[in-house]
Amino acid sequence: MYICLTVNGKPVNVTVHPGRRLVDVLRMDLGLTGTKIGCEQGECGACTVLLDGRAVNSCLVLMSQVEGREVLTIEGLTDDGELHALQQAFVDTGAVQCGFCSPGFLMSAYALLSRNPHPSRDEIVEAVTGNLCRCTGYRKIFQAIERVAGCVAARTEEQ
Amino acid sequence: MKDFKVVGKKVRRVDALGKVTGQARYAADLADPHMLYGAVLRASLSHARVVSIDVSQAVSFPGVEAVLTAADVPGRNRFGTMIPNQRVLADDKVRFRGDGLAVVAARSAREAARALSGIRVQLEPLSAVFSPEEAMKRGAPGIHGKSNIFVHHKVRKGRIADGFRRADVILRRTYTTALIEHAYLEPEAVMARPDGEGGVLVEGCVQNMYTTRRGLSTVLRLPLAKIRVVQTTVGGSFGGKDEVMTVLAARAAMLALRTGRPVQMVNSREESFHESYKRHPYVMEYRIGAKKNGRLTALEVRMVANAGAYATTTPFVVWRSVVQCAGPYVVPHVKADAYGVYTNTVYTGAMRGFGSPQGNFGIELLMDELAGELGMDPLDLRILNGIRTGSRTATGQKLDQPVAFIETLERSARSINWKRRREELDGQPRNARRRKGIGMAASYRGCALGAEGTDAAGAVVSVQTDGSVIVWSGIAEVGQGYYTVIAQITAEVLGVNLADVTVLPYDTAIMSDSGPSVASRSTMLGGTATRRAAGRVRRKMLAEARLILRTKAKSMDLERGWVVSSGGQRRMRIRDLAAACFERGVALFEFGWYKGPDIHWDEQRGRGSPYFTYVYGTNMAEVEVDQETGEVRVLQFVSAHDVGRVVNPQGVLGQIYGGVAMGLGYGLLEEVEEREGRLVTENFDEYLIPTSLDMPQMKAVMVENPDRHGPYGAKSVGEPTTEIAAPAVVNAICHATGQRVRDLPANLERVLLGKKLVRT
Repeated sequence: MYICLTVNGKPVNVTVHPGRRLVDVLRMDLGLTGTKIGCEQGECGACTVLLDGRAVNSCLVLMSQVEGREVLTIEGLTDDGELHALQQAFVDTGAVQCGFCSPGFLMSAYALLSRNPHPSRDEIVEAVTGNLCRCTGYRKIFQAIERVAGCVAARTEEQ
Repeated sequence: MKDFKVVGKKVRRVDALGKVTGQARYAADLADPHMLYGAVLRASLSHARVVSIDVSQAVSFPGVEAVLTAADVPGRNRFGTMIPNQRVLADDKVRFRGDGLAVVAARSAREAARALSGIRVQLEPLSAVFSPEEAMKRGAPGIHGKSNIFVHHKVRKGRIADGFRRADVILRRTYTTALIEHAYLEPEAVMARPDGEGGVLVEGCVQNMYTTRRGLSTVLRLPLAKIRVVQTTVGGSFGGKDEVMTVLAARAAMLALRTGRPVQMVNSREESFHESYKRHPYVMEYRIGAKKNGRLTALEVRMVANAGAYATTTPFVVWRSVVQCAGPYVVPHVKADAYGVYTNTVYTGAMRGFGSPQGNFGIELLMDELAGELGMDPLDLRILNGIRTGSRTATGQKLDQPVAFIETLERSARSINWKRRREELDGQPRNARRRKGIGMAASYRGCALGAEGTDAAGAVVSVQTDGSVIVWSGIAEVGQGYYTVIAQITAEVLGVNLADVTVLPYDTAIMSDSGPSVASRSTMLGGTATRRAAGRVRRKMLAEARLILRTKAKSMDLERGWVVSSGGQRRMRIRDLAAACFERGVALFEFGWYKGPDIHWDEQRGRGSPYFTYVYGTNMAEVEVDQETGEVRVLQFVSAHDVGRVVNPQGVLGQIYGGVAMGLGYGLLEEVEEREGRLVTENFDEYLIPTSLDMPQMKAVMVENPDRHGPYGAKSVGEPTTEIAAPAVVNAICHATGQRVRDLPANLERVLLGKKLVRT
């Protein structure tokens, strides 16, 4: 099947089996390995990408579903080598440990801030419930997102 | 005290950039245009004799390049640390359902998977045992030999009968813990490439390179020098990417050497659950005696650990459990025995805590029950019996270095306002639907390997001609932040910016065998080795600087990129000095090695000084229990730890928050369920780890108590942070409900009904 879609702002045409998963095409055909595979059943969120602006698990999306649509991956978050504010905040607050879940969290956070630029802590917690992290206890991830959302409350509650 | 420039300061992780941009390379991200894909056929029975494996059909499946069985293992099909009885592929018998029978290499993952169906296996079922209780019975089917009990460690102190004779109160209790999956987010993956000279290069998420290399050497019958193991970015390990990675690496290497092509093997989450080792479930029986005033007189403990199908690190895990069995308390008379037992279930091994989360769960629940019996506040009972500088532990070791245990208790109590909060909550109406409770748990923990093995590690520090610095270490970065710590230490010693230091990946081709990256030993051992290597480079640089500057001044320093005189006057840029050293034929490339202090353990008598130093910690939790549903919400959590010296505050906080999260999962949610050796939980839909919604308000208290052995006084933080969260929360639940929960996890049914519901 011949499929046209947009990936990270660029038009992409691929000939693939319509039943192939988006995550596999991103990683294997397009070399975008920043999107990770952690469970292949939509539980861990490591493969989160944006599909027309909404965060989805790319392990549950088939290629036949993405014709003409826009996909944004972690590689597309960086603009001309400049880190996105969320990426910078993850680095600065220490929200990254092993890093395997980080791209997924960043994409979920990006989707959240796109529709709600100033979320509350509860809204942030809610937005990343589909992303599992085994290293950080989530706390610094919340803080990183809050930092970008212009919320300063978290910064003073430390230590 | 010297004012540090980099150590102890808030810095960014040195490896964060690649992780937030998606550029970091994890093992499954590696690709080679000519690579083959490996797949494994695993056992369909828990215990069986392997009669025959016929691969003749499978080899002719499309795309298949090789199908191998145990018969193809070039060397000895056995590996393991103390009792090497693990197989790359099953030979005589199948011992659990995760055992591999054959491996396939094919041109695509799909073709590899399809070829598995062409392998004909004949197994002769044997009677199997699934619990230590059955496995320990006389006449139980032997899994490796006659007896399934393969480990027994003990501790003896004083005369136990005397201790109980002096007791006014004696309690007997039994506690159990669950089978736990590491649940690192990255499933195991590896790529093996033939080096063209008969050797092999293995790249993967390997936690312990040298252990894996040793295993490969035996299995492949190759000298160590012919096997190079290079670490890719590791997506979490928590003790879990050791033996299972040796299995994966050995299979991939066999296929690569046979086909002459790179072979990649990547486990799915389900494969990871079935094949990877877990945390041991324990059954722990206690008898404790105390005077009316709360003073402990005697402790008797019997622990049984389910080791599953293979020995792996069980002897060491069980040893740590028994050595630390009395918790951070002075007990004059101790008799403790711990056993490791084979069963036909998934094997168990190292996981963050390494035998301590189980033992701490037992002793800390017991202390609370004893406090209840004596009518004492649990905090007072712990302060009364808590170890202090100069105390003797259960193994008879005199703690001659500053013991900060009481400080962790007191600072936690202050932080959560223990006494007042406890009283307030005691006053809640009994019949309220939602009741709150507050609980605590404490621990002491031996740093590094102790009597488990020789504790030594190396590092190389190399200053380039432009003043930038490369560091190699024999200890792995597995996400914990170790590379940032050694970069900080290097920058501190050499007076350069953190940004000038690059830590290159862990590679057996470069560094001498530094042992495993376990036991919260990275900063202490690897950090000290790095400090020594950097110190040697620094002395060389300063010696050259004196020659170049024609001065004999002893007190020159390297600071903020400059050679400075004692008055702080800038004399020469470090980068110019580095260039001058090159021109003068002076190599700024030094190796540092650190061997930990000797320890002593008398296995016969069950006593000694098993570790050269300890860390101390206290956790306190407030929970709310819904008495109609059994739902527990953790409202606030305090985690206080003596870490020696904080090198990277952000890293320590990350370890504490993450350790608490893992401990809460252990306490409330997690259990790998097996039925007759078959895993029921095999992915995150059923195996529940804490999500963003499960996290309480957390407060981290870092107690600095510098130790003379660690770099700048730093000790350990990785494991202690996860070993007492579960008992703190369960004690809080019991405070809320007035009902004791003695088995993990304290999930809905245990809290509500007091028992586990069994699936049918």
